[in-house]
Amino acid sequence: MKSALSIKNLVKTYPGDLQALKGIDLEVEQGDFFALLGPNGAGKTTTIGVISSLVTKTSGQIKVLGIDIDDNHSLAKKQLGVVGQEVNFNQFELVGDIVRNQAGYHGLNFKDSKKNAEYFMRRLDIWDRRNEKARTLSGGMKRRVMVAKALVNKPKLLILDEPTAGVDIELRRSLWDFLSEMNEEGVTIILTTHYLEEAERLCRNIAIIDKGDIIENTSMQELLARLEKETFVLDLDRPLKESPSMKDFNCKLQNPLQLSVTIRKDQELNALFNELSNLGVGVLSLRNETGRLEELFINLVDQEQEETENHNETLLEEK
Amino acid sequence: MTFSEQINALLTIVRKEIHRFTRIWLQTLVSPAIMIILYFVTIGVIIGSRIGDMNGFHFLQWMVPGMIMMSVINNTYSNVLSSFFSIKFQKSVEELLVTPVPSYVILTGWVLGGVARGLVVAVLVALVSLPFAELHIQNWPLTILVIVLTSILFSTGGFLNALFAESFDDVSIVPTFILTPLSYLGGIFYSINMLPDFWRTVSYANPILYMVNALRQGVLGTSDLVSMNMSIQFALFMILFFIIILFSLSLWFLNKGKGIRT
Repeated sequence: MKSALSIKNLVKTYPGDLQALKGIDLEVEQGDFFALLGPNGAGKTTTIGVISSLVTKTSGQIKVLGIDIDDNHSLAKKQLGVVGQEVNFNQFELVGDIVRNQAGYHGLNFKDSKKNAEYFMRRLDIWDRRNEKARTLSGGMKRRVMVAKALVNKPKLLILDEPTAGVDIELRRSLWDFLSEMNEEGVTIILTTHYLEEAERLCRNIAIIDKGDIIENTSMQELLARLEKETFVLDLDRPLKESPSMKDFNCKLQNPLQLSVTIRKDQELNALFNELSNLGVGVLSLRNETGRLEELFINLVDQEQEETENHNETLLEEK
Repeated sequence: MTFSEQINALLTIVRKEIHRFTRIWLQTLVSPAIMIILYFVTIGVIIGSRIGDMNGFHFLQWMVPGMIMMSVINNTYSNVLSSFFSIKFQKSVEELLVTPVPSYVILTGWVLGGVARGLVVAVLVALVSLPFAELHIQNWPLTILVIVLTSILFSTGGFLNALFAESFDDVSIVPTFILTPLSYLGGIFYSINMLPDFWRTVSYANPILYMVNALRQGVLGTSDLVSMNMSIQFALFMILFFIIILFSLSLWFLNKGKGIRT
């Protein structure tokens, strides 16, 4: 499969010797829906900034659909649509003008700009707002304008930096559906997000970046399979005074009607229900205490932190 | 980007810029016209009646090219400066940076937007001067050429200033401390023949003097250039020279990402 994005040994050092990217490598295949996750300040936005030329790289190579951005900057950018983290359009302009002008900047003539802008504004349900000033829109609607703007030149690679931050659940879900449709239509999508549920639901592959390094890069399926244990919250059919004593499961009563149980990867849920049933406890419903990906993400980032601290301690001892 | 795609991008920027200053016409078009009317009333009519003729012309007639030039300089400079600084400030410059549009198209687009405002303001100032002074333009091509070249020069200057400006304070430094003094001392109200020798010689270093007098030459058919023994070609060359310098600098800094890329 041809690569949609190829990053090799990308380094970005900001003035003051702040190394935001320490030589990262990343491959995203065409047609993929890819998640780039990491804590705040990990280097996600810098990576996107370098790809979209908002940030000047210190060294390294970036290819968009096989085109080196240093060799053929213009052609590489034609393949690219970017939705930034912050609203970055003139809020005093009309919504329709903002989207149409973006098509014009890509070199489309007035007629095609109008046509493409209408197509994407209709698909994103902002067509009716085209004659309104952008500042009158809600946060969610502004996000849709950003997405329409990024797609108006029909890019093959769409990069979204936290596209649903601060957006209500309904709008977020409709944006998820839209992005899934775009991906099915052949657009490669790279997403950064703090909502791990979003990444788990949408993305097939994932990279985790922390302190300027890629610490994990694998398929979502493979990553989730590594989960050693999961914690479930059970809604009980009757109130309990104390946590039931179970020999194989570690459990904790959160309140008289809710019990949290930690289950290892090699244990079956049936065994848990049997044990609870033997104790006369009925279960009405159950859910994950935290998202599965969230648990893995925290483990990976903590592990990285621990390794860095150990390494620093060793260095100090050697000195 | 192909040539036709670059033209499409350029037209988008110019259209957007013209739309911007016409949308806020009260600030961008009416305000300079009112300011010029006040100059005509206070300096031209009230004080000017005691000054008498200037190089054989009524003082109000002498003022008209100066007023046009001052308005063109201020409006083209501030148009591009405030427009580009505001897109930097609100980060909508990113809209352009993520596209394949080349730097020279971006710069040319903003400059042409400034030129459009310069031309509209020049026409407005000429119109508001009609009740005060008779206006018989002696050399139309020269008049238009000087206004267009000056608009290009100061639009480019405004762009360069916008690249370097990091705060609203930076936006007002050059217009307040450089452009306004140079305009007032560039012979917009007077002939440099009225100055003592020393100050007349110092005035030769003021580039705005050549622009004001080149326009005066086009409008009135005579100017201080004659007494300075300088040809109109020299004045036009000076403007062109500064355009090349400022355009090259702006393009270089734009390509380097000065003030717009981290």
